[in-house]
Amino acid sequence: MEAPQNNVLLEVKNLKMYFPITRGLLRKKVGDVKAVDDISFEIKKHETLGLVGESGCGKTTTGRCILRVYNPTSGDIIFNGKDISTLSERRLKEHRRNMGAIFQDPFGSLNPRHSAGGIVSDPLKVHQMAAGKEMNDKVAELFNLVGLDPGMMDRVPHEFSGGQRQRIGVARALACSPSLIICDEPISALDVSIQAQIINLLEELQEKLGLTYLFIAHDLAMVQHISDRVAVMYLGRIMELTGTDELYENPLHPYTKALLSAIPIPDPIAERTRTRIVLKGEVPSPINPPSGCHFHPRCQIAIEDCKVTRPPLRDVGNGHFVACIRV
Amino acid sequence: MADNLEPTPQPADAIGAAVAPPRRSEWRRFARVFFGRKLYLIGFIIVVIIILTAIFAPLIAPYDPLVTDLYATKQGPSSEHWLGTDQIGRDVLSRIIYGTQISLIIGFSAVFASAIVGMLLGLVAAHFGGWVFAVIMRIMDALMALPGIILVLLIAGLAGGGIGVVIFALGFGAIPGQCRMMCGLALSVKQNDYVLAGRAMGMSNWRIMLTQIFPNAFPPLMVGITMGIGGVVLGEAGLSFLGIGVMPPTPSWGGMVNDGQRYLLQNPLLSIAPGIAIMLLVFGFNMVGDGIRDAVDPKLRGVL
Repeated sequence: MEAPQNNVLLEVKNLKMYFPITRGLLRKKVGDVKAVDDISFEIKKHETLGLVGESGCGKTTTGRCILRVYNPTSGDIIFNGKDISTLSERRLKEHRRNMGAIFQDPFGSLNPRHSAGGIVSDPLKVHQMAAGKEMNDKVAELFNLVGLDPGMMDRVPHEFSGGQRQRIGVARALACSPSLIICDEPISALDVSIQAQIINLLEELQEKLGLTYLFIAHDLAMVQHISDRVAVMYLGRIMELTGTDELYENPLHPYTKALLSAIPIPDPIAERTRTRIVLKGEVPSPINPPSGCHFHPRCQIAIEDCKVTRPPLRDVGNGHFVACIRV
Repeated sequence: MADNLEPTPQPADAIGAAVAPPRRSEWRRFARVFFGRKLYLIGFIIVVIIILTAIFAPLIAPYDPLVTDLYATKQGPSSEHWLGTDQIGRDVLSRIIYGTQISLIIGFSAVFASAIVGMLLGLVAAHFGGWVFAVIMRIMDALMALPGIILVLLIAGLAGGGIGVVIFALGFGAIPGQCRMMCGLALSVKQNDYVLAGRAMGMSNWRIMLTQIFPNAFPPLMVGITMGIGGVVLGEAGLSFLGIGVMPPTPSWGGMVNDGQRYLLQNPLLSIAPGIAIMLLVFGFNMVGDGIRDAVDPKLRGVL
């Protein structure tokens, strides 16, 4: 293994996550759902990597593999210079402390029977990082950090609004002072006005605490706002990966172009002349994905060769990676 | 940066906080639904009276339930013996009062023992899934396939009578039901992101099961447990009636019904009085169970 570069916090190499499909009494395996099909990327310290794609493209699965909620089928997840993809739960524990997670649904991600303070202190208890008075102080500090009144620690989640709950979720993710936070669609379930508050909170926290984010979302405008670099996923694979400005100004992959062309422009004149690339058909099933490039059946510039060879994610200069043989 | 971090509580959130009800309201709502309906209230009162009777049996009972008086057998109701005396002259009322103790001891122990074992198995099956789930649930299916009374008769018959055996037999028979209910509820609770959050932060399996899944799966199970007490008391009565339950001199309602049936034409009260006691207890616990179900059912919020 090559020596890890110092500024890389997380490196994902050839990650695959297949979910077996079983049938019948004997649970005979009849196929796989290839949720994540051989993807590689890295996240540098203090940066935000946006991960975008349609529903079912494997972005959430990728996040859960990194959190080791799922055990990846194959591939390496190198976090802080150590491969955590196959560590046993016991050995994993010390690494879990350095990762936080924020979930999509602020209603489902907090245990309705525990108090807000109890929820935020859970990671501290699990990692035995504080107890008693010290823990109470730490939780109060976290509440202040995310803009909640520590006086509300004893309340249960249903007594909070959606935005407040998501703040509790953020506080829980921060409890053990992690370096990496996996944000799994943290704003998709919130009102637009609250979305902006949470995004601002995340940005402030990043600056203050030097956090690194993997920001999973399907809202391209939000991703553009918060991310330093963006990876576009389609059907379990990364199609394009580059700096945010580069991606939005100079998309190379036909799928990225189609996605970006779907963003409405808040200017009536420009909006009228906006050309939309409308993709034909549906996203194919990850159980039986198309041969070669997964995108070829819907691609406007596909050629015969696209059906045969899987395009590698190659560097076309300036850290702009694209998986297309036609570029 | 740090300065504009502090005043982040927003107007929208602040309004939400002001409107948010205090935590106590949850209990108040429970009480309002539970005690607001006459039937549930009656059931609750019956259960309270039965429990008090069991606790204070020695103080309430007019006679020793074991003392025989061969000069006064099979008497009808009188001012001395309100419910008469049985075939060997024991006071029926005193025996029913002491029988309450036996019924409740058996009811509570069997239900709690089966609930603990059943719920634990259900939790483990649901949490681990895969072959653990398959093995546990197939065993439960097999136990369920045996008719309950035969299973109980088998155990009680092999091990002989006695309170301990009755508790074991009835409790054992109730395990599959508790396990299935817990498993189903735990499987649905498990889908929540807070369970995922627990795993992501490195909680142990036991911690997730006991602190995350269990508290959310338990409330609906309260209903099953409460109603189970009525069922077990009925089961004990059945066993005692068949003569393999609680051993004779000890007063047990089922045994009393059995003893009395031979003298049904001479003094029907000998069987009817303990029968009514059984009925009241089962009714009381079922009503309390129903009440809890309605009170914890979020879908009935606002309706009741």
